[in-house]
Amino acid sequence: MRWLLIALSLAIASPAFAVQPDEILDDPELEARARDISKDLRCLVCRNENIDDSHASLARDLRLLVRERLVAGDTDDEVYDYVVDRYGEFVLLNPRLTGSNLIIWLSGPALLIIGGALAYSFIRRRPTEALAARPAGLSDEEAKRLAELTKD
Amino acid sequence: MIAELGHFALIIAFVLSLGQATVPLVGAQKGWVDWMRLGTPAAVAQFVAIAISFACLTYSFVVSDFSVKLVADNSNSLKPMLYKVTGVWGNHEGSMLLWVLILALFGGMVAVFGGNLPAGLKARTLAIQGMIGAAFIAFILWTSNPFWRMFPVPADGRDLNPLLQDPGLAFHPPFLYLGYVGLSITYSFAIAALIEGRVDASWARWVRPWTLLAWLNLTIGIALGSWWAYYELGWGGWWFWDPVENASFMPWLIAAALLHSAIVVEKRQTLKSWTILLAIFAFSLSLIGTFIVRSGVITSVHAFASDPTRGVFILWMLVIAIGGGLALYAWRAPQMRAEGVFAPVSREGGLILNNLLLTVSCAVVFIGTLAPLFREMYDGQKISVGAPFFDATFTPFMILLAIALPLGAILPWKRGDLSKAGKKMIKASVVVFLIMALIWGLSADRSPLAPIGIALAAWVIFGVVVELADRSKLGKAPVSETLRRLVNLPRADWGKSVAHAGFGATIFGIAAVSAWEVEDIRLAAPGDVIEIGGYEVQFDGVRAVPGPNYQADIGRFTVYKDGEVDTVVFPEKRFYPVQRTPTTEAGIHSGITRDIYVVLGDPMDGGVQWAVRTYVKPYANWIWLGSIIMALGGIISLTDTRYRVGAVKRAKQKAPPSAVATPAE
Repeated sequence: MRWLLIALSLAIASPAFAVQPDEILDDPELEARARDISKDLRCLVCRNENIDDSHASLARDLRLLVRERLVAGDTDDEVYDYVVDRYGEFVLLNPRLTGSNLIIWLSGPALLIIGGALAYSFIRRRPTEALAARPAGLSDEEAKRLAELTKD
Repeated sequence: MIAELGHFALIIAFVLSLGQATVPLVGAQKGWVDWMRLGTPAAVAQFVAIAISFACLTYSFVVSDFSVKLVADNSNSLKPMLYKVTGVWGNHEGSMLLWVLILALFGGMVAVFGGNLPAGLKARTLAIQGMIGAAFIAFILWTSNPFWRMFPVPADGRDLNPLLQDPGLAFHPPFLYLGYVGLSITYSFAIAALIEGRVDASWARWVRPWTLLAWLNLTIGIALGSWWAYYELGWGGWWFWDPVENASFMPWLIAAALLHSAIVVEKRQTLKSWTILLAIFAFSLSLIGTFIVRSGVITSVHAFASDPTRGVFILWMLVIAIGGGLALYAWRAPQMRAEGVFAPVSREGGLILNNLLLTVSCAVVFIGTLAPLFREMYDGQKISVGAPFFDATFTPFMILLAIALPLGAILPWKRGDLSKAGKKMIKASVVVFLIMALIWGLSADRSPLAPIGIALAAWVIFGVVVELADRSKLGKAPVSETLRRLVNLPRADWGKSVAHAGFGATIFGIAAVSAWEVEDIRLAAPGDVIEIGGYEVQFDGVRAVPGPNYQADIGRFTVYKDGEVDTVVFPEKRFYPVQRTPTTEAGIHSGITRDIYVVLGDPMDGGVQWAVRTYVKPYANWIWLGSIIMALGGIISLTDTRYRVGAVKRAKQKAPPSAVATPAE
């Protein structure tokens, strides 16, 4: 919590302005890459904010660092590696497709396949079962009343 | 004195909720009618007591009674009256009081309007609602009491967080709570049905309007929050996948799934246990959302509280509500029998696909939101899961949903024919492909975002048109017949069409603004002209203006289009001295086809130049317009006669004449 307080007081002391005009690179192609990378990097002292949007001075340092590496000729991946080496995986808003992160990435498609299979087997299995069983727990009178209630 | 009265009313409400939680339940189990009936007055009285308590707290804020600690911490005598009132729920304690107020409101509404419910179901539903109420009132009384006094009394208050002093955010919590606290009723209905061991078409018919009411308020609440983020937080982002946003979005997704599956229960007597499960999940996610926001377990801009005793208390409520609900479900659900038989390709099949996509997409959001927490508990490693992840993993499900929606919506019940449905959509799909090709051909960067997104939106909206045309026999029958059929369509079907069209409009807004937004960042001196997206934006200057409880620098920018003045915008930089916080107020000119969005940054070189950000955001408003249309669809559906109070009774009275008429023919 303490670093958060320090960060907040820093942010208040020097209200900066996300990407500032003086940071922008002359080469529009490099600048576009820098912006894209910045959107994937977390401002370490903010909550859930990327460095491209952040006012914090630490975010500005990171933005300048990214641009420095790009100007030095790094590829995008090299820039990410460089930043992760210094700040840890916490800095990546897009978790890497490795190790236990695979669970996060693959759970969606996996659940879709499992759920789809379950739903399909539910639909297919039903006819015979439903033919065999009378509506459970309903007397004739209740069934009639139900039919009246559900009539449109 | 007034604060003590509020405190006392809350204690009374607690005692009433304990009675409401037990007496009707025992009565229902034993078949004692008197005991069952007690649920109704108890629920109404509980609501009245909490309303009095809430009114007392509001009064303390309005008169700036700084001897109440909560008021001193969160208000200020200079604050405008609107924000004195909305400041009541702009803090942890007050917002929890709003939470229970809405909980009791829903309980009271079921008590008053639920006259047509079977006595046993009503008694059990109100009892479950009473239990939730008792738990949350206890939470307020023991961990988050808003009525504590402080001594010595401070001369003035510490003011409300300036970010919250805004009309959009002022009304965001009440709608959000009407939504996700409203889902408590569906949960109570589901648990009551499990205790009774029966779920039938009439149960689905009783539950659907409450779900609809909760869902439409949640839609409005989320849209308001997103709109607020758009104009208040800086650069016009409208969704950040922040844990707090996700907390409200997950119940929305499940409530949307529940709305659709309840239709299947009502019409076709199947998917019963699944619908019950969704009802339990929907409110469980509301509770988890409350836990995330209120415990500070995942800190963010919105998280006000970070006291662990509160977190532990809510965690126990979670365990009991979710664990108890699921245990009861595991015990009782196998007794429920599905009756309606249907083929995979059918309306039922389409609705199952809808449920699959909505629940899995919700699971993706859930896993992404909680992954950092679980990872840190597991091996201490800190990771982040942010917007790029959710954009990549959540969007595909919405694309599938949008593709499937029009086809599913025109399939008949029981058994459908996909090629027949396809034939109905053939003209629409040709137009959709033309639109896609045209946009792709005109685009400079050959990005697939705009063509695909806008084609999807068109597909969904054309689907609605085709369905309405099909049902009204447009072109196949005389115009008068078509009109008659349109007018006679049930309100629920109109609601469905309107809501689906709203979904299409939202997709359109999201695709257009994501693909076509243009941005300009620069240092500008007064007199400079910024050319952007076909507009010339001239920086006229900045002047300092004092506000009621802040100081502001207000910039003036004249926007020209083809040499003519289009509009003038006034972006502000504010400084709130009490909280020592700066905020930016973007200068926005909203339009149906585009927003002009100008942000004033810091002065440079001693005020000669200013950092200026200018955006043109095409069709941004369609995002919220679509959401409002979706909510409107919900309102239209709610007015359907079938869901009105007493509808079931009336149907029963009507039945005999028709039964007599049949043999006479």
